Amino acid sequence: MNIHEHQAKALLKEFGAPVAQGVAIFKTSEAGAAAQSLPGPLYVVKTQIHAGGRGKGRFKELGEEAAGGVRLAKSIDDVIFHAGEMLGNTLVTKQTGPEGKQVNRLYIENGANIARELYLSVLVDRETGRVSFVVSTEGGMDIEGVAAETPEKIHTIAIHPDTGVTEADAARLCDALELEGEARSDGMKLFPILYKAFVEKDMSLLEINPLIVLDNGGLQVLDAKVSFDNNALFRHPDIEALRDLSEEDEKEIEAGKHDLAYIALDGTIGCMVNGAGLAMATMDIIKLYGEQPANFLDVGGGATVEKVTAAFKIITSDPSVKGILVNIFGGIMRCDVIAEGVLQAVKEMGLNVPLVVRLEGTKVAEGKKLIDESDLDVISASDLDDAAQKIVAAVRG
Amino acid sequence: MSILVDKNTKVLVQGLTGKTGTFHTEQALAYFGTQMVGGTHPKKGGQKWVSGLDGTELPIFTTVAEGREATGANASVIYVPPAGAAAAIIEAIEAEIELIVAITEGVPVLDMVKVKARLEKSNSRLLGPNCPGVLTPEECKIGIMPGNIFKKGSVGIVSRSGTLTYEAVFQTTNEGLGQTTAIGIGGDPVKGTEFIDVLELFLADDETKSMIMIGEIGGSAEEDAAQFLIDEAKRGRSKPVAGFIAGLTAPPGRTMGHAGAVISGGKGGAEDKIDAMEAAGIAVSRSPAKIGEALVKLLKG
Repeated sequence: MNIHEHQAKALLKEFGAPVAQGVAIFKTSEAGAAAQSLPGPLYVVKTQIHAGGRGKGRFKELGEEAAGGVRLAKSIDDVIFHAGEMLGNTLVTKQTGPEGKQVNRLYIENGANIARELYLSVLVDRETGRVSFVVSTEGGMDIEGVAAETPEKIHTIAIHPDTGVTEADAARLCDALELEGEARSDGMKLFPILYKAFVEKDMSLLEINPLIVLDNGGLQVLDAKVSFDNNALFRHPDIEALRDLSEEDEKEIEAGKHDLAYIALDGTIGCMVNGAGLAMATMDIIKLYGEQPANFLDVGGGATVEKVTAAFKIITSDPSVKGILVNIFGGIMRCDVIAEGVLQAVKEMGLNVPLVVRLEGTKVAEGKKLIDESDLDVISASDLDDAAQKIVAAVRG
Repeated sequence: MSILVDKNTKVLVQGLTGKTGTFHTEQALAYFGTQMVGGTHPKKGGQKWVSGLDGTELPIFTTVAEGREATGANASVIYVPPAGAAAAIIEAIEAEIELIVAITEGVPVLDMVKVKARLEKSNSRLLGPNCPGVLTPEECKIGIMPGNIFKKGSVGIVSRSGTLTYEAVFQTTNEGLGQTTAIGIGGDPVKGTEFIDVLELFLADDETKSMIMIGEIGGSAEEDAAQFLIDEAKRGRSKPVAGFIAGLTAPPGRTMGHAGAVISGGKGGAEDKIDAMEAAGIAVSRSPAKIGEALVKLLKG
């Protein structure tokens, strides 16, 4: 789960990290009062969307010459002007895709005088199985570019879970970021704070780009991107409350309610599969035969008839779906349950597109029998290869 | 020979009394008499568990240590829900269980970071979490794999995905090759056993004549495994390997069902993995339906 920058900063502030003063707003009419509550005289107006690259982004409605999604304002009137231009419009960045994202909230922040821009992130390094800090003196830019061009400028420091961030770890981080004086003493305090926030709140990524050295010497978190481990949300109701559903795909929200792993894609063949690996492989084989999958959908191991019905409804509610492939290799999942769910859903919703079903594994004979005995127009497939060829042929008419 | 488990493996079930634990314990007992020797439950020690299939009774112990002491168990399988899974694994490590198989899906990753640190200081091996388990045909089934698709044979199978393990098993059975052992290492980012660990065991196993390795997007375990195979081949240790990578069509930045299946920061994409595996001489099938066929072709030269 992702949260907005202003939420991430509020959270980090609770743990004692230095962040600038700021106010989140939802309407242009709130902009003046928000700016007035800040010291000024410099302000930053920042769009709050779950995508990076906001500064270089462009608003669909404003044209190429208008400024991007992060703007400096030198007066309160300036803040109000920018808020008016940004709220409700669609920001396109290199992470949003060409359709862009509607801007529904802004963060008005007090401006900072920047001496240096640094990069810092905390993540779980899957190679070592440790929480690790990744830092670089090259902040404020695309870190993937830095990693590709000057990998020696990126430092990774693993933290042992038994000790947390030790003095030595913090000192190594300060050295890697070339921190001196006040910035160094801020760093020695900040790194353990960030680690504590990461671990206590079950974050999966904490990215501060940039972490800045102010011209008066101290450190400040200038941007913050935080993602949480979905598997740990059960123990963080406070974090779950920060979820912004307007940032998510409606079909994905609906799927989440039924505990289905669903991801909307751009193609025309809807897929319902059990198991994440097989679901990905099913997408791949559709592509191999020249068509594109409309979604990823893993119904999971212990799906019920109701869950399968819900999954089928989500797939058929996507207008770009021209055909459906059901691919089940039952281990725990019983093929007869899948068959019943599909039949139930079709009975409720009707079926206007070709449907290919491949069943294998536990209770396969019972599942096939249910489908064969129904008056449904279902194309049976003998294996995955056969299934993929049949659905591709069917959508091509 | 097989690897990790055989007919002498004695298995304790952590989370036996739940619905999932019960179902799969019944299935395991029915699979060539896998030696399921008991279960644990903190409040039900001293009671009996009874199979709904044939009335087989198993003792329930309060702790893993007690269960091990009483039964001589050398393996445990974990079906407890995500919130308690890490504690269950650590309990098994502390009871010095040799092989711990964690089936549970949805364990918080930072719990696994703690488990991994504890595991490094022990002699236990952990499979999973979020894995289908391990099966040696006609001898021992730990976990949730469907036993009926297996056939005793010569292929060692290792996979990050459960259902794709079944595909590989099914295809090698249909090709007449059969399996020595099939192992699911699990779809989570931080886990107990990686490809390299299993490939090493298969290389050392005389009965395993060839291998299938099934990976997916996310991380670099496949690249590491490919490098391992290249290094071992230089020392004269090599066996034919076929493979498959799931997720060629997965969009970057999205977690594809498995917590570990995500392309992030431009890393972990399927193409890179396929290239690395092919450079190591692995016959990588582009179709998930033709992994068995790819292996047969490789074996025929």
